[in-house]
Amino acid sequence: MTGARAARTTIALKLGMAVSGFIFLGFVLAHMYGNLKAFAGQEAFNEYAHHLRELGEPMLPHEGALWIIRLGLILSLVVHVACAVALWRRAARARTTRYVVKKNTGVTRASLMMRWGGVTIFVFLVWHLLNFTIGKVNPQGGATDDPYLLMVDTFEVWWMTVIYLVAMLALGAHLHHGIWSAAQTLGWTGTAAKRQRAKTFGFVVALIVSVGFSLVPLAVLAGIITK
Amino acid sequence: MNLTLKIWRQPDASSAGAMHTYELSDVSPDMSFLEMLDVLNEQLNEKGEEPIAFDSDCREGICGTCGLMINGDAHGPEVTTTCQLHMRSFKDGETITIEPWRSDAFPVVKDLIVDRSAFDRIIQQGGYISVNTGSAPEAHSVPVPRDDALRAFNVATCIGCGACVAACPNGSASLFMGAKITHLGELPQGQPERDTRVVNMVAQHDHEGFGGCTNIGACTAACPKEIPLDVISQLNKDLRTAIKHGH
Amino acid sequence: MSHDSHDMDMPDTVTSTEASASGSLDGDYDDAAGYYTPGAPLFDTKAPDVPIAERWQTRKFEARLVNPANRRKLSIIIVGTGLAGASAAATLGEAGYRVKSFCYQDSPRRAHSIAAQGGINAAKNYKEDGDSVHRLFYDTVKGGDYRSRESNVYRLAEVSTNIIDQCVAQGVPFAREYGGLLDNRSFGGVQVSRTFYARGQTGQQLLIGAYQALERQVAAGTVETFTRHEMLELITVDGKARGIVARDMVTGAIETHLADVVVLASGGYGNVFYLSTNAMGCNVTAAWRAHRKGAFMANPCYTQIHPTCIPVSGSHQSKLTLMSESLRNDGRIWVPKNQADCDKDPREIPEEDRDYYLERIYPSFGNLVPRDIASRAAKNVCDEGRGVGPEVDGVRRGVYLDFSAAIERLGKKGITEKYDNLFDMYERITGENPFEVPMRIYPAVHYVMGGLWVDYDLQSTIPGLFVTGEANFSDHGANRLGASALMQGLADGYFVLPHTIRDYLADGPFEEITEDHPAVVEARESVKSRIDHFLSVNGTRSVDSYHRELGNIMWEYCGMERTETGLKKAIDLIRSLKDDFYRNVKVLGSAETLNQSLEKAGRVADFFELGELMCIDALNRRESCGGHFRGESQTEDGEALRHDDEYAYVAAWEWAGEDSIPVLHKEDLVYTAIEMKQRSYK
Repeated sequence: MTGARAARTTIALKLGMAVSGFIFLGFVLAHMYGNLKAFAGQEAFNEYAHHLRELGEPMLPHEGALWIIRLGLILSLVVHVACAVALWRRAARARTTRYVVKKNTGVTRASLMMRWGGVTIFVFLVWHLLNFTIGKVNPQGGATDDPYLLMVDTFEVWWMTVIYLVAMLALGAHLHHGIWSAAQTLGWTGTAAKRQRAKTFGFVVALIVSVGFSLVPLAVLAGIITK
Repeated sequence: MNLTLKIWRQPDASSAGAMHTYELSDVSPDMSFLEMLDVLNEQLNEKGEEPIAFDSDCREGICGTCGLMINGDAHGPEVTTTCQLHMRSFKDGETITIEPWRSDAFPVVKDLIVDRSAFDRIIQQGGYISVNTGSAPEAHSVPVPRDDALRAFNVATCIGCGACVAACPNGSASLFMGAKITHLGELPQGQPERDTRVVNMVAQHDHEGFGGCTNIGACTAACPKEIPLDVISQLNKDLRTAIKHGH
Repeated sequence: MSHDSHDMDMPDTVTSTEASASGSLDGDYDDAAGYYTPGAPLFDTKAPDVPIAERWQTRKFEARLVNPANRRKLSIIIVGTGLAGASAAATLGEAGYRVKSFCYQDSPRRAHSIAAQGGINAAKNYKEDGDSVHRLFYDTVKGGDYRSRESNVYRLAEVSTNIIDQCVAQGVPFAREYGGLLDNRSFGGVQVSRTFYARGQTGQQLLIGAYQALERQVAAGTVETFTRHEMLELITVDGKARGIVARDMVTGAIETHLADVVVLASGGYGNVFYLSTNAMGCNVTAAWRAHRKGAFMANPCYTQIHPTCIPVSGSHQSKLTLMSESLRNDGRIWVPKNQADCDKDPREIPEEDRDYYLERIYPSFGNLVPRDIASRAAKNVCDEGRGVGPEVDGVRRGVYLDFSAAIERLGKKGITEKYDNLFDMYERITGENPFEVPMRIYPAVHYVMGGLWVDYDLQSTIPGLFVTGEANFSDHGANRLGASALMQGLADGYFVLPHTIRDYLADGPFEEITEDHPAVVEARESVKSRIDHFLSVNGTRSVDSYHRELGNIMWEYCGMERTETGLKKAIDLIRSLKDDFYRNVKVLGSAETLNQSLEKAGRVADFFELGELMCIDALNRRESCGGHFRGESQTEDGEALRHDDEYAYVAAWEWAGEDSIPVLHKEDLVYTAIEMKQRSYK
């Protein structure tokens, strides 16, 4: 027995990425669902935002469940980023002399964008949290204590929407490869048919998430969702 | 055909290398890629310039010795080995860039030749079934379902050429390892050592300095034997099972 | 090593049951007089004098044992990592000896056994179709045209069944039936199904099995591998093999490796013909260096030429590719009747202008005549100027293998199912689609039955030097049956050598030899001076150009059909070419780095000497036998004629020195368990 030998391999790193990635996937799906409440109006949206804080009460203190989720997400983020950085560094060391000419035959663009795409998403995440959660910055100088108004004010600014859409494109690409990749890492794609299914699933979910998230800002910009 | 060849030349492992440009005329489309290099070498020898060192042996696509990065594709534009690539796959007047496999785990020995002994060391860590000569039971004592045997065979066709590593943006040897793990894992004879095999082979893989797999799939696209990505899934699954079993 | 071997061999129709053929010699010929010195007869003294079925059991029992504790103190060098070498290294490592394994390739897994396509024979009788050890033995001796040693062949048949057990346990993925049991096919025209296979890649799968067993021993510390190392000299001390001088092909270092016993499993020398189905690196140097140190070379002229290879496309050709002979089951072979049609599109040549020459000359066997006959007939029509395909050096060397009738009969789908990968391979190499244009084929050198002489223990005439696999001469006589090369390589390595070598090692521990022993120094210095010579000539011709010219001579005069005048001419040509080579070869670069021209120079230098000996051997053997045809020895209707009264012996040649002619020792072939017969295909 070699103890934790298996756990120190590159494959274990990938497993870490796959599991934390799936946790994020669950989060973004729930988050997207919440965002879509914007179409139901100010009250429903704010109710949802407020409810998140009351989740689990009275068993848990105010914002208790939310913090548990937040801690889980922070932990996943740490694992996901740490594993990614470790694998990135390994990859860089594995080929220190680059090819003069290198094609990527048979490869999707999404799979090659995972790292910089991941960085993009991370930067967006910081921006996003400053915008809506931690900093609560209203680019129009309006109210910040009403989530619905904050959102509408934000997306009425065209370049805010553009930033958001670019991030959703990056997220979509990340999920497109990431979901199938996680399935492969977890060893669920042992046949050609399963592999194809995982890839299709990844593509469909990525599409749903990026379109789902993009609907609200686009609707704001188009004047469908208003104050 | 007339060609412009840009070829990596490096006198030995410790010296620096550089791309050199050669013009070659009267190339027959029926030549294999390596025969084209033979002709170039013959001309270099004539001129008093040392011929370009490159690896090849069987020249029929099975020994796995040859392997060049040709215009950015491992083994060139067709799904085959470099020795089975023919010049009719190229256009008259084309510029062809030829480089060795680039992987720090495959250091350049000279010109286009690399050292792939890391693959042997990975096999040493468990790419076998332990059975001493003479101790084998009668062959028919263990039936193997036909489909299992077929799958084992299909992935056992790996020739160990290293194209998967060369093509992988991460420089990972997961396809090579996965092929062996799947080959032996499909057979009843391979079960007793299944956990230790995967753990030890992957540990050696990492130790050799290969990168980690991110499931991009460049390996399988470059593989002359068309080993499918399934084997990497199997590799991952076997490792996960081994972790579960406390290895 | 071998490839696919659909050897449509030896039908059971025999015209004569006498040991000698009808047309006996008119007088005493000695074509090779003046080219050799007669030597003392040679005997195998190791096979026990008991009935054939008991010989191996008896020998195994009589071979002395080595205490497990002493094995660690005994060292073995094995040169070559093909089936014979890797299996021996693994087995001897498992037994506890200290093994050093050498190969010129960058990994043991790349040895040319890997290219064998067809399958491996074993007398398992899983089909209950009448197979047995005795029948496999009988087929192999008959296939070898009664020129192999019966004791060895019987043992080969006997251990064949163990090979399958061993390989299955190692995880070799043989083809299986739906019930999960092993599938067999009939191969090489034999009437029983005894061939085990892994699609068309049996050699690959068996070699990987042996390679993995070898690497397992490397991890266990019993075997040390030396890849990219080429053996350049055998070290003998007091007449015994005690080590080798090898060149590290990366650093150029000349290394001395000493051991108690040396095993050569270095493969065949088909590359003496330049173009062959062998790998580029296959060479005779290890065996030839041993020959020069006293190991006899037996039947060097016995070469197997395979009729269905893809023809040469130009002077740039570096090697030939074999296609399964099974293609002849459905393809019809023809050439145009008129020379004028040879460069026409074959589809435009009308039926009446085509010459289906095999069907015409051999109406009962037609396109399925044995390899040697098909090969020779193809050469004849091409020599007449009726060959097809590109003109190379003024001659078209190719004949059509036409599937149009079969495509009509079986449909494109039927043909695809049967031959798909072969059609693909053909198209990849030639750029022509065989569904539309007839394939072109031509014979190519494929395997050599000749090799270093060994006794029943696989020991050469140098004590302590053992030779296994294609490198020895013993089991295939004058012609090898399909699916038998893999069997022999693994039989030797897994099951024969480990038993016989222990009898020799039981005399150990042997006297300690050091690197400064005069014999060791002499061997090392001779290697260095040879290398220095090649690098200092600084002539005008490349090594490859000499090799190609030597190959042409061999192919023309010592190939499918040999004659006295041709062979004598060849010997003169080889001698003068060799002279020129030593004076005019151009090898650039240095000895201290990887230098492929230098590697080739050493190999080609040895091919010259081997080629000359092959011609002398062929000259001496004035009979048509097995895979080769002597123009002076044919029946009235032009068929091969064997002369058992004159040539039922192994011709074992002794090196007599640089400027001397070789000495011929004859080992008479005595058959106690089988009767000699003459074959016929009319």
